[in-house]
Amino acid sequence: MAVATRFGSSLPAPLRTPGARTALVFAVALALPFVGHNGGFTNFLADAGAFVLLALGLNIVVGFAGLLDLGYAAFFAIGSYAFALLASPQVNVHWAIWPQGGIHVPFWVLLFVASGIAAVFGILLGAPTLRLRGDYLAIVTLGFGEIVPQTFLNLSQWTGGPNGIGSLDQPTIGSYKFGFDPLPYYFMVLGLVALTVWLANNLRASRLGRAWMAIREDELAAAHMGINTTTTKLAAFAIGASFSGLAGCALASKLQLVSTEQFQFQVSVFILAMLVLGGMGNIPGVIVGSLVLSALERFILPQATNFLHGLGFASIDLSNSRFLIYGVILVMMMLFRPEGLIPSGQRKAELHAAEDDTTVAGHEQELYTEAIR
Amino acid sequence: MALLEVENLVARYGRITALDGIALTVEQGEIVTLIGANGAGKTTTLRTISGLVRPAAGTIRFDGRDISKLAPNDIVRAGISHSPEGRHVFPRMTVRENLELGAYTRTAKSEIAEDTEQVLGIFPRLRERYEQKAGTMSGGEQQMLAIARAMMSRPRLLLLDEPSLGLSPILVQTIFGVIRDINARGTTVLLIEQNARQALAVAARGYVLEVGRIAHSGAAAELSASEAVRAAYLGGAA
Ligand SMILES: Nc1ncnc2c1ncn2[C@@H]1O[C@H](COP(=O)(O)OP(=O)(O)O)[C@@H](O)[C@H]1O
Ligand SMILES: [Mg+2]
Repeated sequence: MAVATRFGSSLPAPLRTPGARTALVFAVALALPFVGHNGGFTNFLADAGAFVLLALGLNIVVGFAGLLDLGYAAFFAIGSYAFALLASPQVNVHWAIWPQGGIHVPFWVLLFVASGIAAVFGILLGAPTLRLRGDYLAIVTLGFGEIVPQTFLNLSQWTGGPNGIGSLDQPTIGSYKFGFDPLPYYFMVLGLVALTVWLANNLRASRLGRAWMAIREDELAAAHMGINTTTTKLAAFAIGASFSGLAGCALASKLQLVSTEQFQFQVSVFILAMLVLGGMGNIPGVIVGSLVLSALERFILPQATNFLHGLGFASIDLSNSRFLIYGVILVMMMLFRPEGLIPSGQRKAELHAAEDDTTVAGHEQELYTEAIR
Repeated sequence: MALLEVENLVARYGRITALDGIALTVEQGEIVTLIGANGAGKTTTLRTISGLVRPAAGTIRFDGRDISKLAPNDIVRAGISHSPEGRHVFPRMTVRENLELGAYTRTAKSEIAEDTEQVLGIFPRLRERYEQKAGTMSGGEQQMLAIARAMMSRPRLLLLDEPSLGLSPILVQTIFGVIRDINARGTTVLLIEQNARQALAVAARGYVLEVGRIAHSGAAAELSASEAVRAAYLGGAA
């Protein structure tokens, strides 16, 4: 947090505390849709906010606990489908009490139910990976990321298969219906972001958070400390997955549709790239990385493509090569700034540990000479 | 009743039998050493006691209670702390954070603060390095931290796996001095060493492990005097 402190001391007095800065950021976020003044921009803000939720969730697993998960979109899919099945005309069961057919659990209840279901699957899919580390863990999670959407595709009598599930219920507050205007969805997402930021911050500072960091640094040593590595890792999978349940409800209700295409492998990579870009383990970093990539996807690449078309390169469409571009960004980050744009102090130390080896040798020497004296 | 009683302990890694029915006891207040060549099964013995390796057969009783089926975290709570071979400090955490994790199983803040003071008293070097990242410290300092961290769970039995490995002769003296000091303050110690001469000098009793079996055992002075032990572990007949 040295960066934040240094940064903080150059600010005007009222903004020196992290709380004040957070409040300012949220005030700006609340005002943004009115500055942009168009539905397209607000729509973008709502989607980008939901991806911030996803990035914060994956950050618990990868950034805090150090468990490389390449299939995080699986939990996003589970949260979204849980919402879709329980808030649409899709499933007709004899015990259903809703006259219009299907199941229609109220949105605000489903928010908890869907994140609970995602959390349970976090545990179920996390359990078989507990003994795996590094590459092996990555490969198995990659497999789950493929299996889950495929399963939803195949269970077509419930999920509508390739058509997905449509006519999803919209959130309501009293008699107010969210409808098709992105603005209320954006405010809801902003509220959820505030909630998850608060949760992630408290978790990081908690006993559980310290156990995650210990496992990330050295799992064997963590076990020696009396940390139950099994439950600690499962807690990371469960809590990380639960955030994606929130994002699933928000996006699915806004889009009125879920379908398996929304949860392809690329989505997992996209979210992971947000962490790498912003700085794994660092909450402001993850948010910034997430917003930058969402903006790149929605505005910067199409704009740049238009620009190139204007220059006469009519055959180039950068949006089609966006994964190439993300790949290049990842490689560049790894080469030049592996700790991300806004690093956590600890990550930075980890990634530059090699450079410190010379100092270790120096200390050893010093200690020996001191001991001899 | 001994504090630790191990009977007929068998441990396997797949088809390799690392421990082939060993027995040992550690009395309350003792320093006991387990010596032996590389690959004899010393580390496996400690890992089995602390629950990181499941025994294939045998019993491990701590304070009269069978702990052979407990999870590692419950064994730490029961009062056994294990400082692993190769130190395994958390390299990107500070000395303070490492010590805090050592006290992970405990909640009483004032007791933890007391114990922190005590280990910093034993290892003044760690007080100087309190806010330094463990990975940037020397091997000797890291070893001190590994022992200090293990003490932070306030163990009744401390398991030390080759604490002198890779240290300069002077630091080896420091470390063995500290082991005596910790023992004098009331912690029972089971010490694993390849440095048999030093280990037998601090320990009251010793066991010699040869490919998964106890080959010799007895009072440290007896073992030091024994021809067979001298020939194999103390650099030949003197
Ligand atoms: N994780 C492991 N997997 C397979 N074999 C192992 C493992 N750890 C140790 N062994 C084997 O068990 C035997 C005892 O090893 P160990 O307990 O580490 O001995 P020591 O600590 O005395 O050097 C050796 O033959 C070693 O090769
Ligand atoms: Mg060993």
